[in-house]
Amino acid sequence: MINWKVILGISRKHLLSKFKSTLTATLGVTFGITAYITLVSFMTGLNQMLDNLILNQTPHIHIYNEVSPSKDQPITLDQLYSPGEHLIHHIKPKFEKSNIYNGLPLLNYLRTREEVSGATPRLTTQIFYLSGAIELGGNLTGINIPEEVRLSGFNDYIVEGSPEALNNTENGILLGAGLAKKMSLRPGDRLQVSNVKGEVFPLKVVGFYQSGIADIDNIQSYVNLKTAQRIVGENATYITDINVKLKDLTLAPEMARDIERQFQVDARDIQEANAQFETGTNIRNLITYAVSITLLIVAGFGIYNILNMLIYEKMNDIAILKATGFTGKDVQAVFMSQAMIIGGVGGVSGLIFGLILSLLINQVPFNTEALPTISTYPINFNPWYYLIGILFALLSTFIAGYLPSKKARVIDPVRIIRGN
Amino acid sequence: MDFVLKTHNLNKHFRKPVDFHVLKNINLEIKKGEFTSIMGKSGCGKSTLLYILSTMDTDYEGELYLNNELITGQSAARLAHLRNKHIGFVFQFHYLLGEFTVLENIMLPAQKLGERSDAEIKAKAMEILDMLNIGHLGHKLARRISGGEKQRVAIARALINEPSILMGDEPTGNLDSHNSDNVLNIFKKLKKEKGLSLLIVTHDEDFARQTDRIIYMEDGRIVEQ
Repeated sequence: MINWKVILGISRKHLLSKFKSTLTATLGVTFGITAYITLVSFMTGLNQMLDNLILNQTPHIHIYNEVSPSKDQPITLDQLYSPGEHLIHHIKPKFEKSNIYNGLPLLNYLRTREEVSGATPRLTTQIFYLSGAIELGGNLTGINIPEEVRLSGFNDYIVEGSPEALNNTENGILLGAGLAKKMSLRPGDRLQVSNVKGEVFPLKVVGFYQSGIADIDNIQSYVNLKTAQRIVGENATYITDINVKLKDLTLAPEMARDIERQFQVDARDIQEANAQFETGTNIRNLITYAVSITLLIVAGFGIYNILNMLIYEKMNDIAILKATGFTGKDVQAVFMSQAMIIGGVGGVSGLIFGLILSLLINQVPFNTEALPTISTYPINFNPWYYLIGILFALLSTFIAGYLPSKKARVIDPVRIIRGN
Repeated sequence: MDFVLKTHNLNKHFRKPVDFHVLKNINLEIKKGEFTSIMGKSGCGKSTLLYILSTMDTDYEGELYLNNELITGQSAARLAHLRNKHIGFVFQFHYLLGEFTVLENIMLPAQKLGERSDAEIKAKAMEILDMLNIGHLGHKLARRISGGEKQRVAIARALINEPSILMGDEPTGNLDSHNSDNVLNIFKKLKKEKGLSLLIVTHDEDFARQTDRIIYMEDGRIVEQ
């Protein structure tokens, strides 16, 4: 039985009598944990921001209709030439509308699926922007704006104007920021677009859209789905794309294959679309953890050193404790409790300093063209990291304290007493 | 007859650097209330014997009895408990914990034993300090008091659990004659008033002559008792 009150009384005395060493060891842990918390919050914050940059603009599943030649050519259907090797040269895809056949029923079906958190229809078409003497080629996308806002954080990319403004204006257009600059247009200005057939439609600029990717902002604009259908001259069932957002991103590849098979459309999942994106995230996380763990290991060595020193200094104390009836376990508990107190105090203060430092970084201005909605450095205040931080502090001090304290446990008191 | 301490054919070897037979067939009996001293030249094995008797050294052959209970072969935890409860030890060097007050030093073994409350232990410690005429030192740090005082504090610590036997490894070896006499008188008083058994290793003829029994050792054997 270990009498913790007595043991902790002794370790408290030791810690306080060597206050400077104690402080140094504690600060070692504090610095380690502070650095870990700050680094991991900052780096994952940046990571998340970069991820969102891509994720928000890439639907989990993108359903569309790819232009391609039919796989079933007449000769393959003819019994006469079967079996046989068919070689047909210069197959051309036939003209087809680029819309999704039966798009709206598909959309409704998707919305009933359990794992789908939302599906939005889109109509993408090539147009020309006409403003004064300028004629610029570009993309126009018709969207269901409330759904887009709900599912893809669309309003984060509207730098002027609001999604409601577009929703409420029949012939409104959200102009790409690059386009607006080229044509020197302001919200409220008029703009004409023409479709590929040359028909001209007047639109009103209700706001600017900035994705942060210049190539997109120079060509891309958004209008209401209905407006887009009117511009391409099609009815209300005409949609070219469906963007699906899932509750669980990892289900995307499986579900995309499922949709392709069932509905004879093309479906591309996010992993396929951004294969390099996950790799990048993983590697950045790896670097974060490598650096943090190095810091904590360095702090651990500091504790090891100081406890080792303390035990050499306290050889006589150890001997006398053992001579008067304290067991090896008691003596080990004295030194282990010191290590754990250092770890606990250092760890908690590390968390606090880490939080303070994160909050400070979170206040530092960070303005970039690429990220219109972000004005300060992003920080990820995930409570998990704080839990990991304190656990690692305790674990590393436990290990650092275990080896020296084990030595104290097995020290033979007779040898020390006779050595004097 | 009640023996506090008894050995039967005790042998010990130092194996490093070469095999050396330090204790040869030691048969020893200490009666209750007896004040015994062990004398002998340096290297004759008297301290080695004392550390075996104190249960700290377990590397020996033969049998050791404490209060008629066989101690040899008991677990380390059990030995620590026996040492805590039944054996008081005073060393040549005082071995007090410097950062603790005198009172705390004395209380520690009793707190470890855990049979009494802190208040009781404290009262008991004060009582012992008063008996040793050092009651006024109780709240001083152990490293701030003089050498003679330290040795008396060490004796007080050895007494806190009312041990069956008090052992001393040259407890007066580091003290001047005045303090030596002081310690000797304390020992005699403890024997007379409390009936305490004492076993003291010493070099000091004058000290030994005042004890009930002197055990002389030579080359690892008891030559006269």
